[in-house]
Amino acid sequence: MKGFWDYVKRNPSFGIGLMILIGLLLFSGAGRLFVDKKLAYEQTASLNVPPGKAHPFGTDSLGRDLLAIMIYGTGMTLQIGAIAGGIGLGVGIVLGFVAGYYGGLFDTIVTSVIDVYMTVPSFLVLILIATTFSHVTLGVTEMGLIVAFVSWAGSARSIRAQVLTMRERPFVMMAKLSGMGSFEIVMKELVPNLLPFLVMSLSQAVYGGIMSSLGLEALGIGSRRQPTMGMTLFYVNYYSAFLLGLWWWILEPVAVIALTLTSLVLISMGLDEIANPRRRRKV
Amino acid sequence: MRKYVIRRVFFLFMVIWTAASINFILPHLTGRDPVKEMMGQRIASQGLKQEDAMILINQYHSMLGLDKPLVQQYFTYIGNCLRLNFGYSIPNYPRTVMNMIISRGRLSLPFLAVAIFIAFVGGVLLGAFMGWNKCPHWLNNLLVPPMLAFASVPQFLVALILIYFVAFRWRLAPMGGAFPRTMVEDWSSVKFLLGYAKHAVLPILTVVLVEASGWALSMRAMMVTVEGEDYATFAEARGLKSGRIFFRYLVRNALLPSLTGLALRLGFIITGAAVAENYFNYNGIGQTLGAAIGNFDYFLLYGIVIIMVMSIALATFVMDLIYPLLDPRITYRAQRG
Repeated sequence: MKGFWDYVKRNPSFGIGLMILIGLLLFSGAGRLFVDKKLAYEQTASLNVPPGKAHPFGTDSLGRDLLAIMIYGTGMTLQIGAIAGGIGLGVGIVLGFVAGYYGGLFDTIVTSVIDVYMTVPSFLVLILIATTFSHVTLGVTEMGLIVAFVSWAGSARSIRAQVLTMRERPFVMMAKLSGMGSFEIVMKELVPNLLPFLVMSLSQAVYGGIMSSLGLEALGIGSRRQPTMGMTLFYVNYYSAFLLGLWWWILEPVAVIALTLTSLVLISMGLDEIANPRRRRKV
Repeated sequence: MRKYVIRRVFFLFMVIWTAASINFILPHLTGRDPVKEMMGQRIASQGLKQEDAMILINQYHSMLGLDKPLVQQYFTYIGNCLRLNFGYSIPNYPRTVMNMIISRGRLSLPFLAVAIFIAFVGGVLLGAFMGWNKCPHWLNNLLVPPMLAFASVPQFLVALILIYFVAFRWRLAPMGGAFPRTMVEDWSSVKFLLGYAKHAVLPILTVVLVEASGWALSMRAMMVTVEGEDYATFAEARGLKSGRIFFRYLVRNALLPSLTGLALRLGFIITGAAVAENYFNYNGIGQTLGAAIGNFDYFLLYGIVIIMVMSIALATFVMDLIYPLLDPRITYRAQRG
């Protein structure tokens, strides 16, 4: 525990990012106890009310209470990111470890597929996938699954690179000499050593998933009924909120999204020291 | 060098082929005939002529060759892609998709090129200065937090803030559009160009704020590493002028990763700007893409996606070719491996 605090002290960005993220989760989690979910949907409040007593965050042109949207929408957007990032990291771990540790033909195939995959702009692929499935109702889970299609390549590539450098380390040699099998070495020696790196990859994958889902939703792809952050901004544009001067409808989701994304970036930046030991500061 | 170029050309074709194939496979997976479905709606609701609808349906079927075996369909499709034949835009029939892409892309390309150039050069120089050991501390403390925030958010978020404050509140820039509504598009008139430039200010600023921040941050980190190298210490010990050390020794070496980063980032920038265009009501390629999604204009949607993939892949390819000229180690490695 003391080590944790020392680490946070040396890497304030990790601490700040973690604090913001926990704050957002608390806001979304505790808010649910006080605000009815119905208020985040259409026609439950009067239109375009500025922040005041009845609606502390104001209401939008669809008759939704913005406080409710912020509470439930933050949760939904984080959920999309968590689904996409979790699946992406899972696939990335399997591909990265197998390709990096065993090498050979499989490695060649995986790396070339990743190289091509990463040059095709993933966002455009997502647009194609999402419009193909447009007849299915794209709820939060479906959105996460679609975004997961493109979020594995980045983590697979970086995990593979890490495994490559780990494979030659003396402790792996030692394990081999002592008669451990390949699978055992991967699970008992490599995974624990790469744990901080995997956490960093997770936060990057969640970040990427949220970015992709926001872009799709900003173009109106996704469930238009759900009060996710991206959809909220889609409606801001749809109803030209800036022409009407509804600043609360613009600035609140922008602030929440900026906080969410920045916190994830700060967390992965802060973990860099532990994840890439080469960069450890010289004492 | 030759081997490197051949490998890059092969890679370029792989990327375009992959994108085109995804384009082909996805509609087949659902097993629906979206065009027929949509035509039915259009005939009912918007009074589209039956004959026109039939032409479009036939066009779609002949383009994908739906009556022929799957393999033949595939080769017909890839051939059409390579000839840039994407058929007609459904709501704008008889305009072809290629015609729409050219007339709208023309509005996006200049502002994007200028924006990426300013963002890269500005970001790299600013980041280099911030990472230099002669840079005052307060500048770093002042700039790093907002840069971190800008670099982490999508472009359209910054676009919203700029539209609200700069255009709506302070009335310093036009609210939207690619050029003044009173003008016709005429690239030879100076007045039009001025109008275009004025309308491009906010979209350019959006790209610059987001991308320059990212590059400045990575350049700043890279400078710190380069400053620790022996040649930097040696240059200082030789008593060279600090301007010379800064540009010739530090920036030049720290720049290389940023250039690779530019090639990798290009897709993000262009697709990000395409989304942001919808918020600026900027009728370039991005808004056309948004509109094509909005009214399920399949041909136009797939055409734009393929064209964007091709142009991004081409730009990356050109940068890959320039890169070995700047860093001789790359060709060396390619020749050996």
